[in-house]
Amino acid sequence: MRRVAVIGIGDTEFGELWDNSFREIGIKAGLMAVADANITADKIEALYVGNMSAGRFIEQEHIGALIADYAGLARDNVPATRIEAAGASGGLALRQGFTAVAAGMHDIVVVGGAEKMTDVSDEESAMIQSSAADQEWETVLGATFPALHALIAKRHMYEHGTTREQLADVAVKNHKNGSMNPKAQFQREITREIVMGSTMVASPLRMFDCAPSSDGAAAVVLCPLEVAKNYTEVPVEIIGSGQASDTLALHHRKDICTMEATKAAAKRAFAMANITHKDVDVAEVHDNFTISEILAIEDLGFFKKGEGGKATEAGLTGVEGEIAVNTSGGLKARGDPIGATGLAQVVEIVTQLRGKAGKRQVKDAAVGLTHNVGGTGATAVVHLFRRV
Amino acid sequence: MEMKVGIVSYGAYVPRYRITPEEIGRVWGVDGKAMSKGLMINCKSVPSPDEDTITIAVEASRNMMRRCSVNPKEIGAIYVGSESHPYSVKPTGTVVAEAIEAAPDLTVADFEFACKAGTAAIQTCMGLVGSGMVKYGVAVGADTSQGAPGDALEYSASAGGAAFLIGSEKVIATIDQTYSYTTDTPDFWRREGQMYPRHGGRFTGEPAYFKHIMNGAKGLLERTGSTAKDYTYAVFHQPNGKFPSRVAKQLGFGDAQVRTGLLAPIIGNTYSGAVPLGLAAILDEAKPGDRILAVAYGSGAGSDAFDIKVTDEIDKYAKGKAPTVKELNDNLKFLDYATYAKFRGKILLGGE
Amino acid sequence: MATAPRFWRENPSRYNLVGFKCNSCGRYYFPRRSICPVCHRRSVGKIEEVKMKGTGKIFSITEVHDALEEFTLQKPYLVAIVEFDEGPKVTGQVIDCEPNDVKIGTPVRATLRKLSEEGPSGIIHYGYKFVPVKEKAP
Repeated sequence: MRRVAVIGIGDTEFGELWDNSFREIGIKAGLMAVADANITADKIEALYVGNMSAGRFIEQEHIGALIADYAGLARDNVPATRIEAAGASGGLALRQGFTAVAAGMHDIVVVGGAEKMTDVSDEESAMIQSSAADQEWETVLGATFPALHALIAKRHMYEHGTTREQLADVAVKNHKNGSMNPKAQFQREITREIVMGSTMVASPLRMFDCAPSSDGAAAVVLCPLEVAKNYTEVPVEIIGSGQASDTLALHHRKDICTMEATKAAAKRAFAMANITHKDVDVAEVHDNFTISEILAIEDLGFFKKGEGGKATEAGLTGVEGEIAVNTSGGLKARGDPIGATGLAQVVEIVTQLRGKAGKRQVKDAAVGLTHNVGGTGATAVVHLFRRV
Repeated sequence: MEMKVGIVSYGAYVPRYRITPEEIGRVWGVDGKAMSKGLMINCKSVPSPDEDTITIAVEASRNMMRRCSVNPKEIGAIYVGSESHPYSVKPTGTVVAEAIEAAPDLTVADFEFACKAGTAAIQTCMGLVGSGMVKYGVAVGADTSQGAPGDALEYSASAGGAAFLIGSEKVIATIDQTYSYTTDTPDFWRREGQMYPRHGGRFTGEPAYFKHIMNGAKGLLERTGSTAKDYTYAVFHQPNGKFPSRVAKQLGFGDAQVRTGLLAPIIGNTYSGAVPLGLAAILDEAKPGDRILAVAYGSGAGSDAFDIKVTDEIDKYAKGKAPTVKELNDNLKFLDYATYAKFRGKILLGGE
Repeated sequence: MATAPRFWRENPSRYNLVGFKCNSCGRYYFPRRSICPVCHRRSVGKIEEVKMKGTGKIFSITEVHDALEEFTLQKPYLVAIVEFDEGPKVTGQVIDCEPNDVKIGTPVRATLRKLSEEGPSGIIHYGYKFVPVKEKAP
């Protein structure tokens, strides 16, 4: 297998982008990445697009073809593939691009993710997002997507003593980071009181425990490591990739307080990279709900099972902590356009490893991790990055 | 040898929500307390938004099955009587059939005759069992009746139901005789597509309820050569607490005979569920040898009267395997009018 | 959007809690599946349809305030993961009780209620919800 590097990154602002269509935001991010990588269109050999549900959000399927067309690449019949794994669509798209380059199938590829969530009503959006869960045996029976995460939170509090305050600390930290990220959907710092006083969504999770709906896109350009220096001064190598599945329904998991898919994907990525969690300086994890970040930092190995809440409360996951988690603001503050999220995480890690993260820069960041989850943990994708 | 047709098992269900006439009256500027006294109704049952005649019929039927060990596949017929079937076309009975695992080798139909649809179903099952056409038949009377907002009926229209397994083996009570009195009398009706029924005011009294119940009761008493004192219990259709009390008095029944089956004061008028639930409450405490007179009334109009005798089998009957009518009236939750109106779909929601 | 066949197909499980037992390994599952996840092809031909009793315990529970449209009239409502006596877990609403009456460990039993309806002229869907079991034996 060849070694693969990221040579270009791009991302739009995340938020309610009323003036921009799905096509516009997808192309915008792609253009930024291609410009950042200093490549011309004729060099692009394949496109990979992560997107969860354009078919329901904007009644459009066949997303690969759409992006190829509007990127001006359909003229040269560039192959384009749409990848879907609910919330993990973006991370999974990265894995497809990485695999293609590593296998020698293609040299330069563009991997992007995009989602336009605000063209439908809130009710419709909630229904679409809940299709990441088990439609027949969770959603139909009354469980919303936040309710499923609330069930995880309740059980985590019951089994491990995690507190309501510790959940709030995840959101507070991520908003603090978001305030240092000009691209974040929310750039306002918040307090524990604001989190715990916000509208109840599904007990114990309140509005500020949940990532927002967002429009947005992010993209990266990959190429073989051996030629990366032709395009960028600071290539970032993808040193590990791992993917795993677990039961679709939360109630079928071995332990609802553990995402086995995260553990398995991380194990595979670390094995490929020949490093351990101790070597990671900065991580972007899937915090669509505050409890999800707590599970993530436990299941990725940064903290023991049950200790995630305490670690967050103690500040161990802040920009200057033991392991900087979600310096971008995470899904909570940076925003969560579902298919784009996995790539937005890569953009942040590459930015950190290039030393370009400004106020939220992690000192001497050399190794980074992205963690992208689909559903309540039925898919997980983990990638590891190292500054070259 | 003559087959003794009767009740093999029974089950009841009443939703746990209640509302008082005082609370209803408060909203409509009516003296609710006086209504309560006049109707002899202290509160009426209200179904939760996720309940309807199908779910009530299913729960009553499941309660009925829990108390006996009859193989549901031996049930040859299921009839559900109601005036609030969830569909105008698509039967309630088929869901009951699937839910108690009686499907597919059986016949099913839904009945309608205002408040006596359930007892008409009992008569039909008696015929099918007695003629040997089926081994067991299920008759259910259940309703989630509605009264128009602010109308007199709103104080009493409620929800509930009971199911009866009719057979000829191990009957806990025989149904020795049934008599019906039927005329075409437009005292209370609801046209297709209308949400609320209409009624003829005072016309619903003497020419309707009283005429048919009295003739039904008298007709049965004559044919069985019996009088009020021969019966341990009596239950009459109970659109409120007043009407059946008056009928009972006129026929010579005392308070001790009528008290057990008189449920309207605590659950209101469960329409097709009214006499079935009253009968269930009586069977909850009846002893071998007790004799029961049950007379249902349905607007439109007609009455079904039954002469029922409790057998020794009732001592072996696993009544405790399902809630009694008394137990269904524990754990109540009282609602305010707004919540009641929301539950009953009386508030116009946006969007449709 | 007519989804009658999709819902009708699951009625045996939604009305009567039909799951299955793998006679190759003895495990119980709910709802029905084509093969046992542990025995894979060894379980073909050894799948036995089994009805869950309907009794179980609350494994986790939450009060949902931001409900899907179908459940608007009932919000806030309780949703729980319930562990059946036989082992499998399911997700469902917990009803006919106050939030303070129920917590992790409370025994419950399944009952049939309306899940949703496809508008005022559409099909009504029924399925299991859970009620707390009273202290004394039923």
